[in-house]
Amino acid sequence: MHNSSASTNNIVLEVDNVQINYETRKGDVEAIQGVSFKVRQAETVGLVGESGCGKSTIAFGIVNFLGPNGKIVEGSIRFQGDELVGRSEEELKKLRGDRISMVFQDPMQALNPSVRLGEQLAEVLTCHRNISQEEAWEKSIQMLKRVNMPDVENVMVRYPHQISGGQQQRVVIAMAMLNNPALILMDEPTTALDVTVEAAVLDLLEELKNDFNAANIFITHNLGVVARVSDYHCVMYAGQMVESGPLAEIFHDPRHPYTMGLLACVPRLGDSKLESLLQPIRGRVPPPAERSKTECIFAPRCEYVTEDCRKARPGFTQISSEHLARCIYATEIQDRARTRKRKKVEETQAQVDAPREDLLSFDHLKVYYPQESNSVVSLFGMGEKKFVKAVDDVSVRVAKGRTLGIVGESGCGKSSLVKGLIGLEPVTDGDVQFMGIDTTKPVTERDTNLIKEMQMVFQNPDSTLNPSYTVGSQIARPIRRFKTAPRNQVKDEVIKLLKAVRLPPTFYERLPRQLSGGEKQRVGIARALASRPDLIICDEPVSALDVSVQAAVINLLLEIQQVFGSSMIFIAHDLSVVRFFSDDIAVMYLGQIVEVGPADAIYDPPYHPYTEALLSAVPIPDPDVAQKEIRLSGNVPSALDPPSGCRFHTRCPRRQDMLPDKGKICETETPPWHTSEKGHRILCHIPLEELAKVEPVVHAREV
Amino acid sequence: MATADQATAPIKVEEVKPGIFRRIWAGLSIIFASKIAVVGFAIVLFWVIVAIFAPLFTPYTPLEQDWKAPNQGPSKAHILGTDELGRDLWSRLIYGARVVLVLMPITENFWIPGGTAIWGVIVALIIGATLGLMGGYYGGWIDEIIMRLLDAMMAVPIILLYMIIMAALGASAVNVVIAITIVGTPGIARLVRSLTLDIRTREYIRAAETRGENPWHIMFFEILPNARGPIIIDAMLRVGYAIFAMGTLGFLGLGIPPPSPDWGSMVAKGREFILTGSPYAALWPSVAIASLVVGLNLLADGLREESMRYQ
Repeated sequence: MHNSSASTNNIVLEVDNVQINYETRKGDVEAIQGVSFKVRQAETVGLVGESGCGKSTIAFGIVNFLGPNGKIVEGSIRFQGDELVGRSEEELKKLRGDRISMVFQDPMQALNPSVRLGEQLAEVLTCHRNISQEEAWEKSIQMLKRVNMPDVENVMVRYPHQISGGQQQRVVIAMAMLNNPALILMDEPTTALDVTVEAAVLDLLEELKNDFNAANIFITHNLGVVARVSDYHCVMYAGQMVESGPLAEIFHDPRHPYTMGLLACVPRLGDSKLESLLQPIRGRVPPPAERSKTECIFAPRCEYVTEDCRKARPGFTQISSEHLARCIYATEIQDRARTRKRKKVEETQAQVDAPREDLLSFDHLKVYYPQESNSVVSLFGMGEKKFVKAVDDVSVRVAKGRTLGIVGESGCGKSSLVKGLIGLEPVTDGDVQFMGIDTTKPVTERDTNLIKEMQMVFQNPDSTLNPSYTVGSQIARPIRRFKTAPRNQVKDEVIKLLKAVRLPPTFYERLPRQLSGGEKQRVGIARALASRPDLIICDEPVSALDVSVQAAVINLLLEIQQVFGSSMIFIAHDLSVVRFFSDDIAVMYLGQIVEVGPADAIYDPPYHPYTEALLSAVPIPDPDVAQKEIRLSGNVPSALDPPSGCRFHTRCPRRQDMLPDKGKICETETPPWHTSEKGHRILCHIPLEELAKVEPVVHAREV
Repeated sequence: MATADQATAPIKVEEVKPGIFRRIWAGLSIIFASKIAVVGFAIVLFWVIVAIFAPLFTPYTPLEQDWKAPNQGPSKAHILGTDELGRDLWSRLIYGARVVLVLMPITENFWIPGGTAIWGVIVALIIGATLGLMGGYYGGWIDEIIMRLLDAMMAVPIILLYMIIMAALGASAVNVVIAITIVGTPGIARLVRSLTLDIRTREYIRAAETRGENPWHIMFFEILPNARGPIIIDAMLRVGYAIFAMGTLGFLGLGIPPPSPDWGSMVAKGREFILTGSPYAALWPSVAIASLVVGLNLLADGLREESMRYQ
């Protein structure tokens, strides 16, 4: 926790009223304006905000990586008392990597793919310190051990592609720590990682912070992550710092409407659609050229905006000694907000639990990909054929009008499962029944009436729409193809659909490049709705969107489900979102479902050990919530050669203590399904009574 | 909620569909953004205009012979001089441009619009794009067969290939088109295939597949329009190569048969008189070929640079 009584001489970095401009063809554009903060030793400052808010620009500004067209036009950046603005490139080069180091988002791009890891690590030392190669090598090994890297000697002589993403990020962190820097800049260091890996990396960062006494700047868009690591928060919006303060104050007593909006628009772990709606922030972050210089930058999106907000850019209002907010109503905004509580959703007929008939059922579904071998034997078709078992023996049901959420880390087979269902990948074995019709054939051999009942919403808003056609014609295409409306009424139908996804009819003639990410995703949803399908498959529909937009899209999907009565399969890696959205949840690990059942049952004990580990890894945007710390060891095994017996036994944290004989049985025998009283099923050798004794993962800390 | 506001807002009059003029203007503005492209465009435009309006730019026909004035230098009567039969070089030059860029002789009296070089590239584009789309989209053994066959064609030196084809088919404009097509197809197919390999992984292709669309629809309506930028630029360069090839073939006597004014055969004929003191008959058509090819290259390069910058 931030210690305000600490003496001022341990301030490592002081950023004071910095403004950064980019030169463009249309003149200078203000990228960053009025940013001030301090970072002290052994303290982490979190920079939070949506994409395009200028978080990374600040980090680049500190080390002057702004590129040829960016420059700091105002303010000062003092590092250990020395001014950095205006320093020559040569001087900065000595600082970078030595006193100031950086950790970037994608470790694969931070590491040189053609140089052995050991050499890359040692180079950091030999470049800045006058030490021998051997000594540097020895120090690198120690540092890798320090970041909990297994099998260190071996890792040193490997190339980056030979270790997993989480391990790569550990190497990058080790590299950043090698010279014992005074300041570490971390730009979304865990965004590219899976939740369980992310949790382990965050633990590591926390540990290192205390040991190395370095000052950290942590840039992220994820409030949950920042709640876990940082002591002090700066909330960025459209290039301005709108609020800054100690962690607890920002989370419990936010005073800027943008901060309040950010906190209200993400579902907390355990929230469900039955209890509350998400509150999106309207509009989107304005691009730098469109930011007004004469009014509050947030005014166009603010719920509390008044005429006074449009008169001038507001300055900071002091809330407490460390807490600043850039809003003219900062002192009274909490009272105004109290009148606008989270809306409750009324229980509708559609949500009342009742036995329903199955719309879709998988039985022992298998999707295997043949693995091509390069050996001479296989060239003649004689070698043993190998398969990547992407989906192996999965059975699950989707009831009419309900939502099945599928969660799991990357590579667990959730995408292959739906590809098999929709017919884009051939089904190797098993039975899929959709409304009583066999759906194991590839899509090209299916009947049009079957195809139109299953449509998909995709992940990436930038590639979900064909850039060559207008929005209208892309929505019209499935209507024409499936003849859901007579020819002369196609356009009316398209406009109806545009309205259903809350887009104005003027979008009919727009091209995808004129749309924002959230709008593109809405069009993608409208296109999927065009054939009036019974089942909509959403493959990570919100994971590429900013949080404020994400909330709006989730609300839209919920609404559409109520209006159109469609069933959904919702794939995501974000457990809070899945919990919020789904009625039933299936947890997948390495091609198998390990736990399946009603959403609320999954999030309470008894847990499958894997579910338990997943839940304990989810970053929760609330510093008062305590989570159990269960960290999985090792990597996800290869699907080419999955472990025998229980697939999870190589990483299971529970079998050692909860089973007799240290869980030998897990290594050899396939576990049985247990069904709990709440109606959910767990695939595990550990008896249900034992699993039920486990404490819940998440509980609110006593304040 | 903003979304709710949008939905309840009164329905506005629909936006005007961007007209054909606006789209042409948008294309031209990209050209004008690059100096290189403007220079190239000016050169190409010059040749296209003189070719289209050739009869307005000269009082002579290209076949009109003046026995009294063979092998003349530039003069008032003949701006660029005359050839060994006293034909006006300027009119032969611009009527030659016609054959290349504007009109193609099928028979002596039957001409179709679109120059010989243009037709050669268009046919090569159609065949090459189809093969490239098939190879890239289907993959597997279809791809393997198509690409290996095209590789085999690319292994033969281009000049040799032209000469073999023309020697086998005989000299005529249609056969020149066939030769340009055969030589140009492998390159275009390779380009389109590589673009297809990238585009087919996009999610809108998956969306089309989940709609159960016909593979041909996906190839020609979903993939091809998104590959058009690089294809257009490549086609411009190929028109340049085709003009070059026509010149070469004409020079070797395998091009469009006389008396049709062909730049290549003009150079071949004029060559004999360079040392006798009248280089003009060979000079002007060489300059014409060079300027047109350079112009197209500049235009293509400028466009490529400019479109890269917009990405």
